[in-house]
Amino acid sequence: MTAPTLDTAPDTGRGTGAPRFLADLLRVFNANKLSWLGLVLFVGLCLAAVFAPLLATHDPIDQSILYRLRPPSDSHWLGTDSYGRDVFSRILYGARISLIIGLASIALGLVVGGALGILAGYRGGWVDQAIMRVMDVLLSFPTLIMGLLVVAMLGASMLNLIIAIAFTVVPKFARIARAPTIAVRERDYIEACRALGYSDLRIMVVHILPNVLGEILVLASLWTATAIRIEASLSFIGLGVAPPTPTWGGMIREGFEYILDAPWLSIYPGLAVLLLVFSLNLLGDGLRDAIDPKLRE
Amino acid sequence: MFRYTLHRLLAAVPTLLAVLTVIFLIIRVVPGDPAIAILGDNASQQVIDAFRDRLGLNDPLWVQYGRFLAEIAQGDLGSSMVSGRTVWQEVGAVLPYTIDLTAASILIGILLGIPLGVLAAVHRNGWIDYVTRLVSLLGLSFPAFFTAILLILVFSIELRWFPVISRADMADPADRLYNLVLPALSLGLIMTAYVTRAARSSMLEVLGEDYVRTARAKGVPPRVVVLHHALRNALIPIVTVIGLYLGLLIGNSVLTEIVFNRPGLGKLIVTSLNQRDYAMLQGLMVVYACFIVVVNLLTDLTYGLLDPRVKHQ
Repeated sequence: MTAPTLDTAPDTGRGTGAPRFLADLLRVFNANKLSWLGLVLFVGLCLAAVFAPLLATHDPIDQSILYRLRPPSDSHWLGTDSYGRDVFSRILYGARISLIIGLASIALGLVVGGALGILAGYRGGWVDQAIMRVMDVLLSFPTLIMGLLVVAMLGASMLNLIIAIAFTVVPKFARIARAPTIAVRERDYIEACRALGYSDLRIMVVHILPNVLGEILVLASLWTATAIRIEASLSFIGLGVAPPTPTWGGMIREGFEYILDAPWLSIYPGLAVLLLVFSLNLLGDGLRDAIDPKLRE
Repeated sequence: MFRYTLHRLLAAVPTLLAVLTVIFLIIRVVPGDPAIAILGDNASQQVIDAFRDRLGLNDPLWVQYGRFLAEIAQGDLGSSMVSGRTVWQEVGAVLPYTIDLTAASILIGILLGIPLGVLAAVHRNGWIDYVTRLVSLLGLSFPAFFTAILLILVFSIELRWFPVISRADMADPADRLYNLVLPALSLGLIMTAYVTRAARSSMLEVLGEDYVRTARAKGVPPRVVVLHHALRNALIPIVTVIGLYLGLLIGNSVLTEIVFNRPGLGKLIVTSLNQRDYAMLQGLMVVYACFIVVVNLLTDLTYGLLDPRVKHQ
C-alpha cells in the first residue's frame, strides 16, 4: 500500500491548483484517522473562541464577590474564581488569546525563519554559514528559557509575547526550509530561470517557496502546539497578557493558589490547554507521517 | 577514541563563544535600562549615572564584551545585584536539586520510554502500538505545570502520600528521594512520551533492515533479534533525542520547580527576572549555555561509544 502524499512539489515549481491540493489533503487525512479527530477538535475550539461572545454564559471580567469560589453548578457550569468570575466564560475568551498568540507567533516565525532558511540554502557559501551558525546557537537555548528571557526584557504584552515565541521558532523554520531549498536549487528549471535572467528574489519567492512550503506548513501545525504551550507556561509564570484579560495559563496560576478549596479553578483551564495542544499534535503528527517517505509502508 | 574526543572538545569552543556572544547581546541590546529597572523610576539621574558607572554600563559595547569574556575565562560569572552573593554561590546552593530532578526525570524517561517504544514497534499497527502512540502524543501535549498540579492533587492532597511543597533535606538521602518522587514523575512522564516516540520510530527503521531479516531467517529467537540485533543499532537516534530534549527538560523544570516550590536553577532564573537582577541573569544564562554545550558534547561522545563508525569518520 502506498500512503498518500501532500504533493506540493511539482517540477515546474508552480502549484497544481486548489482542487488537486485538497484531494491530496483528504487522502492524507483518511490515511490517518487520528488526524480527523485532531482537526475536529481544533476546529471546534477555534469556533468556540470565535463565537465566545455568543456561547459565554457570563461576562468574563464581571466580578461578583458574593459568588466567589463556587463549585460547578447550573448557573456557573465550571464554577467561579476568587473574584466570583465565571470560569466557563473565561475559558472561552482565554481560547482567543491562546489561539491568537499561538497562530500569530508561528506565522511570524514561519515568514522570518522560512525566508532565512531559503536564503541560506539558495545562496550557500558564507551567507549559508553565517545564517545557520546563528540559528544553531539560538537553537541551543531551551525554548521556554529563551521565551522567558525575551518577554521579560521586552515586557509582557500580547505583541511582545508573539515576538518572543516567534523568536524561539525562527531557527527551527530556517533549518526546515534550508534542506529542501538546497535540493531544489540544483534542478534544471531553476537553472533555466537563471538563464532567463530572473532575479534571485523572484526565483526564491515564485519558484522555490512553493516547493518547500508543504513541509514547512506541516511542521508549523506541530509547532503551533508548542507555541500555545509556551504561551500558557509564560502566563503561568506571570509573564502573560496582563489581567483582567483571561488567559489559560494565568487562570491556572490564580487557581493554583486555591488548590485545596477549589481545585476546578486550575483543572478546567489546564484541560483546555491540554485539549488544544493535543488536537494540534494529532493533526500535525498525522500530516507529518503522511509526507515522510520513511514511514510509508 | 582520544582523537575523536579531542576533536569534539575543540569543536565545542566556537559554539560556546557564539552562545556567550548571543547572551551578551540579548542582555545588552534589548530595550530597558537595567539601572532604572533596579533603582526604580523615581531614582535621580545622579544615582542612576553612578550605578551605571559602577556596573560599567557607560563603557562602549565592545569594551563591555571584552570584559565579559575575560571574566568568564577566569571563571568569574559576576555577583547578584540584589543579594550581593556571587553567581557561583547562588548556583551552588541549588544545583544539587536541579541535578537530582534532571537525572531522575531522564532515568524515568529511559526506563519507561525505551521498553514502550520497542513494544510498540514490534507490534506495529496492533492495539499496543495504537494505545502507545495515542498516550505518548497525549503525554507530550501536557504542559509541565499541569502534570505537576494533577500529581499534587492526587498524591499530595487526596492520598497524602507525598508533600505538597518539595523542600528536601539534602543531607538525608531518604528525605531527598521522598521529596524528589513527584517532581521527577511530573517531568519524567513527559520525557517518557518523547523517548517512546523516538524509540518506536528508530526501532521501526532498524527492524526493516536486511541484517534483521537475515537473523530471523537463520532462526535466531525473536527476543534476541529485537534486543541484541535491533535495539543496539536503534539506540543512536534515541540517545540523540534524549540529548535534544534535555533542553526541553531544563526549560520545563522551571515550571515544575515553581509548582512544587522546589529550589533549583529554573526558579533562580524566574526570581532574578522578577527582581530585574541582570547580572545574576547573565551569569545563569552562561551556566545554562555551558550545561547545554557539555550535554551536546556528551551526546556526541556517546555516539562514539555506541557506534564505532562515528569515531572513525
